[in-house]
Amino acid sequence: MKKIIFGIAFIIFFSFLIVSAINMRTFGEPTFSEMDDYFIENAQSETGANNVVTSIVFDYRGFDTLGEATVLFTAVVGVVALFRGVKK
Amino acid sequence: MKEMSRIVRTVTNFVYGFIIIFGFYIIVHGHLTPGGGFQGGAVVGSAFALLLVSYGSLNSKKFLKKDIFSLFENFGLILFIVLGFSGLGITFFYNFLANSGGWFGNTAVIGVNPGNMNTGGVIPLMNIAVGLEVLSAFGVIVLTMASAAEFTKKKENS
Repeated sequence: MKKIIFGIAFIIFFSFLIVSAINMRTFGEPTFSEMDDYFIENAQSETGANNVVTSIVFDYRGFDTLGEATVLFTAVVGVVALFRGVKK
Repeated sequence: MKEMSRIVRTVTNFVYGFIIIFGFYIIVHGHLTPGGGFQGGAVVGSAFALLLVSYGSLNSKKFLKKDIFSLFENFGLILFIVLGFSGLGITFFYNFLANSGGWFGNTAVIGVNPGNMNTGGVIPLMNIAVGLEVLSAFGVIVLTMASAAEFTKKKENS
């Protein structure tokens, strides 16, 4: 009984995968391009930085960069806490 | 960790200043050229690792201080968070200096930049803050691990 339920669930899941693979776009085409067009059009005039990648990383998605910096800080705290008993 | 041979130390003396200057160039030009705080900080941190490997951990303790690196790391992260909060009149991480005419406030030329570094609003300051944090984080990690390796070697010998 358990095996039958597992098999039916597997078939349903796998058919979902097949359907989504058939309906996929051709390789390299983005799903939505409105956001890319907005960044390319307005990033230089809005943020004043000519590097659009940096203007996305530090301005539009600054919260993400705050998380990355905090992750690095946490890594350093972990290393220092691991070797805290070491005499100089 | 012992110091390496005289050849390695001489080449390090020639090269490490250029590596550090190149890293700071990447950090400061983050809003114009490819790169930014993380990448430039990693380059400067590699210069510290080179100094540590070639001079050994006992000798390099004279010019690489762990406490100063720790202080700079905290300062960088605090500066980044303060810059994020100071745009809070509109939104969190709002670029309040861009196109304002003051600090880094010139309007950018669309397309190729002829070398006007005074643009970008809050982005160059954030690049400097993140770069300071990343380079001192690398320094703290490398120095801590080197002193720990020294300690374990001493413990195994005794």
